[in-house]
Amino acid sequence: MTSVQHISKPDRLPPISQSGPIAWVRERFFSSIGNTILTFIGLYLLYLIVPPMLNWAILDANISGTDRSVCDANRDGACWTFIKVRIVQIMFGLFYSANPDQIWRPIMAFAILGGLITALLLPWIPKKPYIGAFTIFVFPFIAYALIHGEWLGLKVAESDTWGGLMLTLILAFIGIAAAFPIGIMMALGRQSDLPIIRYLCVLYIELWRAAPLITILFMASVMIPLFFPAELDFDKVLRALIGISLFQSAYTAEAIRGGLQAIPKGQYEAADALGLSYWKKTILIILPQALKISIPGIVNTFITLFKDTSLVSIIALTELTGITRFAAGSLEWKGKLIEGYVFAAFIYWCFCFSMSRYASSLERKLDTSHRN
Amino acid sequence: MNAQTQQINSTDIAISVEKLNKWYGRFHVLKDIDLTIHKGEKIVVCGPSGSGKSTLIRCINHLEVHQEGKIIVDGIELNNDVKHIDEIRREVGMVFQHFNLFPHLTILENLTLAPIWVRKMPKKEAETIAMEYLERVKIPEQADKFPGQLSGGQQQRVAIARSLCMNPKIMLFDEPTSALDPEMISEVLDVMISLAESGMTMICVTHEMGFAKQVADRVIFMDAGEIVEQGLPEEFFNNAQNERTKLFLSQILAH
Ligand SMILES: Nc1ncnc2c1ncn2[C@@H]1O[C@H](COP(=O)(O)OP(=O)(O)O)[C@@H](O)[C@H]1O
Ligand SMILES: [Mg+2]
Repeated sequence: MTSVQHISKPDRLPPISQSGPIAWVRERFFSSIGNTILTFIGLYLLYLIVPPMLNWAILDANISGTDRSVCDANRDGACWTFIKVRIVQIMFGLFYSANPDQIWRPIMAFAILGGLITALLLPWIPKKPYIGAFTIFVFPFIAYALIHGEWLGLKVAESDTWGGLMLTLILAFIGIAAAFPIGIMMALGRQSDLPIIRYLCVLYIELWRAAPLITILFMASVMIPLFFPAELDFDKVLRALIGISLFQSAYTAEAIRGGLQAIPKGQYEAADALGLSYWKKTILIILPQALKISIPGIVNTFITLFKDTSLVSIIALTELTGITRFAAGSLEWKGKLIEGYVFAAFIYWCFCFSMSRYASSLERKLDTSHRN
Repeated sequence: MNAQTQQINSTDIAISVEKLNKWYGRFHVLKDIDLTIHKGEKIVVCGPSGSGKSTLIRCINHLEVHQEGKIIVDGIELNNDVKHIDEIRREVGMVFQHFNLFPHLTILENLTLAPIWVRKMPKKEAETIAMEYLERVKIPEQADKFPGQLSGGQQQRVAIARSLCMNPKIMLFDEPTSALDPEMISEVLDVMISLAESGMTMICVTHEMGFAKQVADRVIFMDAGEIVEQGLPEEFFNNAQNERTKLFLSQILAH
């Protein structure tokens, strides 16, 4: 056999037609006749919808003035003056719109929350588990002290005068924070070797998942007072929170169960073989991995809950949606429901969109770390 | 039964298995296993896939529950008493085919976890000991990496070091090299050989016959849930009596 010296081939770029912006457009929008027709129909629909919307929401819109006279003079555009005048009410509810000098309290509470969440998101900040635990277990009390005021000797804001975006955030945040530990216990219980514990946990989870939130809220507001003496006026927000937390815990449990099932059997066996007890194995080995996997799922249930908090209006609480309807129902701003709902929808969208971006960025991050 | 020649004293016994029977559902996976292993003895277990080798050694640290028979490890009988199980697991280390390192912990944390949480050792001391074992398996420089950043051979050496950090009296190996690329097998076998030379009691399920010839005091052949034949490596490889053993040996030595 003759031996020929081997010369390595240099790397080449891919042929031009398969990459680059022109190919990208052609592949996605004009790859076939049907696809081309759909592209043109889509463009036509955008042409029909987008310009009038832009005109209404921005180009022709009113924002000046402090009453509806400006809006009544120009009926072609949206009346953002309404939102501008009522913004404190829409953000913080009735107590704080009546006491505008006090709004530093909820603002401070949410600034703290913003700081904590930023710290959790920034990759280079250490001790994340402690920050997370602080956010879930300690921060709610700080927020309550600030917003309610009694503990700090501030002017008391009774909870049924809370409202707006502030109440939405309180319901959603406390809901998930309280649901989290319950959800973990239920998810673990559902995997238990002891049949009784397993059945009880399945029963709990399926019971809450079978009922719509609106029913649960209604029951919470009607039934909880039945168990307490009539003179004890059981806090309306607290009632809603109990209902929301229990409801949410079932979904959290299912999200975490997904994470638990993704942990290979070998992890349990290695921990067992090293002599770790059930709780040490669970807390040190299994949960850290399972929670990491279930974060995207938990964030998704959180997004759903965030929007579902609007259902508390059936027990006469005025969170973002409720307060918007309330404000647009006032004599002064009668007929401005559309502006109110568009604005509320925009706020919901901002929160939900950022949460879903966060969830998908996490998913990507976790994905690469699993590949090696 | 030609392995033990010297006088046997019961305190010399590391593991004794008597009339062990185990079923998975209705499937009889281990049948009347009798086995006595002395302190410092190195046993190699081989046999066709599905013959019950893993199940047997997993019964020894109670990862699998047996239904009949008696297992005594280091003088402690394995029954459903949780305290006994914990005691035995502290004395018995296990190395798995797929390493089973904890992926969310660094190499050093993998090694110190059990000493800190099971043996209640101070963290500093646990880290010192962990570094000593990482030196012994020749990868101290990887201490701060995560398991996913290491090659298979390195991960398996970490897994061995992780077990050794608990200072076990007995080590169980379940096909420690069969998930490895061929070029990484010897680095793991070298660690196992030096461990054997240090006097550790070892049970290794493996088909590495070179390893068996070099370190084993006894080779056990299992088939269909039974110990079919056992003996000194020399006799076992050159002079197997049983037809099934001969067939198995011809198959694994053929390639
Ligand atoms: N958890 C289990 N449930 C049911 N059957 C099992 C289980 N584990 C192993 N087996 C069966 O038991 C037999 C012996 O398995 P194993 O001990 O892993 O064999 P080996 O390690 O010798 O390949 C195999 O037939 C296997 O399919
Ligand atoms: Mg096996």
